[in-house]
Amino acid sequence: MSAVTEQRVRTGDGAVTSPMAQWFSDGWIATRRNLIKIRRVPDILVFTILQPIMFVLLFSQVYAGAMAIDDYTSFLMAGIFAQTVIFGSTFSGSAMAQDLKDGIIDRFRTLPMSTSAVLIGRTNGDLMINGISMLIMMATGYIVGWRVTTSIWGFFGGVALLLLFSYAFSWVMALLGMSVRSPEVINNASFMILFPLTFISNAFVPIHTLPDVLRNIAEWNPVSALVQSARNLFGNTNPTFPPPESWTLEHPYITVLAGIILMLLIFVPLCVKKFGSVSSR
Amino acid sequence: MNIIEAIGLKKIYSPKGTAKVHALDGLNLTVPKGTVQGLLGPNGAGKTTAVKVLTTLIQPTEGSATVAGIDVIRDPKSVRRVIGVSGQYAAVDENLTGFENLEMVGRLYHLGKAESRRRATELIEMFELTAAQNRPVKGFSGGMRRRIDLAGALVTRPEVLFLDEPTTGLDPRSRLGMWDVIKNLVSDGTTVLLTTQYLEEADQLADDIAVIDGGKVIAEGTADQLKARIGGHRIEVTLIEASDAGAAREVLGRHGEGEPRIDDDGRTLEVPVIDGPRALQYVLAELREGSIELHDAGIRRPTLDDVFLKLTGHVAEEDQKAGTEEMETAK
Ligand SMILES: Nc1ncnc2c1ncn2[C@@H]1O[C@H](COP(=O)(O)OP(=O)(O)OP(=O)(O)O)[C@@H](O)[C@H]1O
Ligand SMILES: [Mg+2]
Repeated sequence: MSAVTEQRVRTGDGAVTSPMAQWFSDGWIATRRNLIKIRRVPDILVFTILQPIMFVLLFSQVYAGAMAIDDYTSFLMAGIFAQTVIFGSTFSGSAMAQDLKDGIIDRFRTLPMSTSAVLIGRTNGDLMINGISMLIMMATGYIVGWRVTTSIWGFFGGVALLLLFSYAFSWVMALLGMSVRSPEVINNASFMILFPLTFISNAFVPIHTLPDVLRNIAEWNPVSALVQSARNLFGNTNPTFPPPESWTLEHPYITVLAGIILMLLIFVPLCVKKFGSVSSR
Repeated sequence: MNIIEAIGLKKIYSPKGTAKVHALDGLNLTVPKGTVQGLLGPNGAGKTTAVKVLTTLIQPTEGSATVAGIDVIRDPKSVRRVIGVSGQYAAVDENLTGFENLEMVGRLYHLGKAESRRRATELIEMFELTAAQNRPVKGFSGGMRRRIDLAGALVTRPEVLFLDEPTTGLDPRSRLGMWDVIKNLVSDGTTVLLTTQYLEEADQLADDIAVIDGGKVIAEGTADQLKARIGGHRIEVTLIEASDAGAAREVLGRHGEGEPRIDDDGRTLEVPVIDGPRALQYVLAELREGSIELHDAGIRRPTLDDVFLKLTGHVAEEDQKAGTEEMETAK
């Protein structure tokens, strides 16, 4: 190592001093690290760009004929949006597990940074990934005939709700990632959770076609309320198949907002607490 | 003033389905300001666990500790402001470049953007990573990764530096470089606590060494004090012909204290003596009279290796008798 004459580390000018400014700065630095990762890891880009295109094309072209629903594509899109962004949230799970495995969490935990910053940065990363996926899906959807028939507010409202839901779900996955600690297990386990969660809902089929037991589950599944809300906001409801007469789906906005708030209220504090005690090896 | 103080630290791990592990079992440690404290001990002794408690990564089951007068359990965030840490395994972001890693650490110490970048450049130069600084760490060799991690510990020139096996995996040149870095820091007033498997490193750097085994300190002192504990000089001779070993052994036995030891190669003999130079003269003269030809001969001082083997070997036996605790699930 060479004899570099070191200057004193200046903590004066340019230093971030107020607690609030430090919190924002920490959150931004942790977010930036995840944005760089999105750019540099090809897997993530494939998932973010190619998979949504594939889903939209496959479902709309393959199933449209078989489904006894007019304009299945319009009906379907909200379901695909929801499924894709929820799957996008699993990055937080595998990334937290990977960070623990790599040991970088130990570095963060010995720095005087805000305890929530790493988690905020990670969930922001998911939000970015999901934002990109949404753009790609909407463009592909437009090509196969999907249209928003309400208003610009309906459009933004629907997109915001989808992203908000996936953001809250990222915190659930982050906790799982820190508890299970193995990126591979997380990847496999999330399929076991996410397939039932998104398929036992109104995402791909009208709920009344489901057998009784599944229908009850689907009616109370917050994903159904999310999809129903998005359909309403985009104007993609199908007059032939009105939503079933269950309270949750007649009040989809309240239901889905309650779901989002509940997830955040429970999992943000749990995640921060867990982060305060995890160590790599 | 003691800048690190640990009193009665205990850490009990209870992994599911196996016996409890007493990773720390009443560890006491005091480190005066501006000194280098070495922690020495065999694998599993509890060195890393001690470092993790002192650097706020884990909470001890019992006991208390302060760093720079700040309680590590009650006020971890204030402790983090004054320490720099490099753990046993490099803690770096694989997807960021070397430079980005160090800049990130500076920003998270709230140094501000310009200062963080300036410091990152300085450290990259100091650790001779300039050529690789813009490549993602993913593609770094083990030693390069290690150096980035060590640089990360120095970003703020902390008051107290914790280094868990800082030179493991470094090539000899980088190791010497790291020693220089540590010596410079200490001359500037930094306190260093370092664990190491290399006794030479402890000998070179540490003002005071604590030998740890079974989660507690079993011996403490300067390198010289520890060496003195296991006795004085030894005489060592290496024969040309292994067939002379019997005769040589008799000669050594006459001038040494206790039984001479013969190495596995059958040609190297060793015996503890009281007055080294004098005993060596007699031994050499008698060997020559007996026409025993030598490849090498000399006085050997005890090394820390000897201390280490003697101290920890002894304790390991005791430990086995005391036994690990019964299976938790057995009841
Ligand atoms: N998270 C953990 N869960 C269970 N046991 C643990 C855990 N961490 C450490 N231990 C145990 O605690 C003991 C002390 O471990 P520690 O890592 O502190 O040893 P060490 O002295 O650093 O060893 P080494 O020289 O191999 O690095 C060991 O028996 C280890 O198996
Ligand atoms: Mg260790």
